[in-house]
Amino acid sequence: MQALVIAAHGSHLNAGSSQPTFDHADTIRAVGAFDEVRESFWKEEPSFREVLRTVDADEVYVVPLFISEGYFTEQVIPRELRLDGWDPEDWDSDGTSATHTTLTASDTDQTVHYCGPVGTHDSMSDVIVQRAESVTGDTDVGDGFGLAVVGHGTERNENSAKAIEYHADRIRESGRFDEVQALFMDEDPEVDDVTDFFESDDIVVVPLFVADGFHTQEDIPEDMGLTDDYRTGWETPAEVDGHRIWYSGAVGTEPLMADVVLERAADAGADVDAAIDEVRSTTGGSPASGD
Amino acid sequence: MRDDQVAAAEDAAIDGIDFDGLRLSPAGAEYHLLIGDGEPRSVANDELGAALSAHADYVTNWYYWHAVAPQKADRWAFLRWVEHAGDLDVERRYAAMGDGKFARNWGQLRITVTIDADGERRYGLGHVDDADEPETALDSYDDPLDARTLTKYDDDGHFRPLKTAPTLQTGWQFTDLSGADLVTAVDFFYPATVTNWHRERGTKRSDAPAGRAGAERHASQEGELDVSHWRETMARQTGIYGLIETWDRGEGHEHVEWVAEACCDDSQCLKRREWQYDEETELDAPGGEGEFPCREPCSLVVAAARKWTKLESEESRTYEFDLTPSEKEQIEAIIDAVADGTADEIRDADVYDGANRYRARFLRAKLFDEDGNLSGVETGE
Repeated sequence: MQALVIAAHGSHLNAGSSQPTFDHADTIRAVGAFDEVRESFWKEEPSFREVLRTVDADEVYVVPLFISEGYFTEQVIPRELRLDGWDPEDWDSDGTSATHTTLTASDTDQTVHYCGPVGTHDSMSDVIVQRAESVTGDTDVGDGFGLAVVGHGTERNENSAKAIEYHADRIRESGRFDEVQALFMDEDPEVDDVTDFFESDDIVVVPLFVADGFHTQEDIPEDMGLTDDYRTGWETPAEVDGHRIWYSGAVGTEPLMADVVLERAADAGADVDAAIDEVRSTTGGSPASGD
Repeated sequence: MRDDQVAAAEDAAIDGIDFDGLRLSPAGAEYHLLIGDGEPRSVANDELGAALSAHADYVTNWYYWHAVAPQKADRWAFLRWVEHAGDLDVERRYAAMGDGKFARNWGQLRITVTIDADGERRYGLGHVDDADEPETALDSYDDPLDARTLTKYDDDGHFRPLKTAPTLQTGWQFTDLSGADLVTAVDFFYPATVTNWHRERGTKRSDAPAGRAGAERHASQEGELDVSHWRETMARQTGIYGLIETWDRGEGHEHVEWVAEACCDDSQCLKRREWQYDEETELDAPGGEGEFPCREPCSLVVAAARKWTKLESEESRTYEFDLTPSEKEQIEAIIDAVADGTADEIRDADVYDGANRYRARFLRAKLFDEDGNLSGVETGE
């Protein structure tokens, strides 16, 4: 028996926060890759503290639905899951390279394969590109387009920005878009000045957030000048300073995110290769490259 | 009863069966068979099938609990509890389930169970307040995953951040769930309540399933609820919640009484609070009467406690307001109405209620200055 637990932030205030977690869990349930799949939240229930006891399997893959390595993945989740002997050094990460480590949960004696966050997995770059395809309605989008990958950023955690830059670099190197730029809400270069960073007329803006909420539906659209008041909505694309901004909303709502969750579990040893192929085909991803 | 159920019991008889009044033990070329409170008898090996067939209820009951019901100890025990297996014998349970008379309440959930001729249980799940509603008046669901949506909003469409708040929406039903799906649905409505309830109750070891990997691990956790009291829970917090620990200043625990009274009363949460100030110091605030326990302050309590830690670091000071006696009582009535969640229920024209909107607007018009200060008294730094 193997179980998958998806560990996400959730919210006390925003009903929509948990929805992407539920959606990706259901995609994975539908392909039957695990005997059990359970969602768990920092702010909702079941809590990280109690989720392991709700699953039957002796072997559990825990995948954090977080964007970057940091406070939640290194402190909160391991502590609340009661992962004995956890040490962030076990991940041996440079800030974006954590894969997994295997520990025992003292609460339940289950074997827990604790995975790195979805946000830093290589396949996340594919999800960002697919998000750009979704918002433009063009599966070949890239030529003549700029791409802005937007993160929260925080001076308190350098890994927050690293995750954004990591994917921006990877997509830039792929050569698909004319220009690629990492932008941030809380540090330079700031998303407020998005048009200053691009020569292309068309700019796709993909925020690297797990769920839509305050930041992606209020702050960023107003900061970029898509609208003066988020409550009145905005056009897609919206004209700003002579550019057309294609704003996608949170990348975490893209169905292909379920693939990243599975990839994380697969890297930790879960037998889910067939499920990955199936999820990629149902969520519009390209076939796995065989690496 | 199906032939394969009898055959399964015959296979298991080799190792002996002692379950819910069905007792069967091998003795050479025959078996000793004892049903319920009846007389023990000997049955020849080749007559065992026929002898078992004469006690269909006992055989299908054994089969259900060993081959159909989920075997994880807490799920198994919960389903046993649903049909009162700890209190009633097989015949009485079968009669009651056959009539569809069994119902158990779990928070605001109402669970019913019926049984067919093969001993297969099917479960119904609905809101306790809908128990008397005709089925046609309720929206029907069959996928336990739908419970996640039903639990998200209350009847007024407001988001429910606390799953065990007594605000579960009405108007829905699951009419035909398997045992496994019932437990899954219950765990979406009230996450982890089944497993924590099971850890808390000290049931007899014989009531736990055996013979599968992991059964021992689960059984060993029975009767051992790991309560984490206020002090250890707050000491564990880090980040923005790390400061809550400073609210405990070694000057008593009255502040935690207020938290428990504000958040953990049955009017706010259906879990039964088992956590106290610390291992030695029980709280006086009522913990509630709920079926399932609360084993540590939840994330809502922690988030609110952070706010209170900041607010309660302020020193009190003396303000001077002139109020009529009725105005003092009106302020008390407004606080009560908000705290009890009854402000919305006060009728528009009920000016006899101090928390009526016109009464409150009149008080504001009379007593607030243009900056919103009560009686024109500035708050100050």
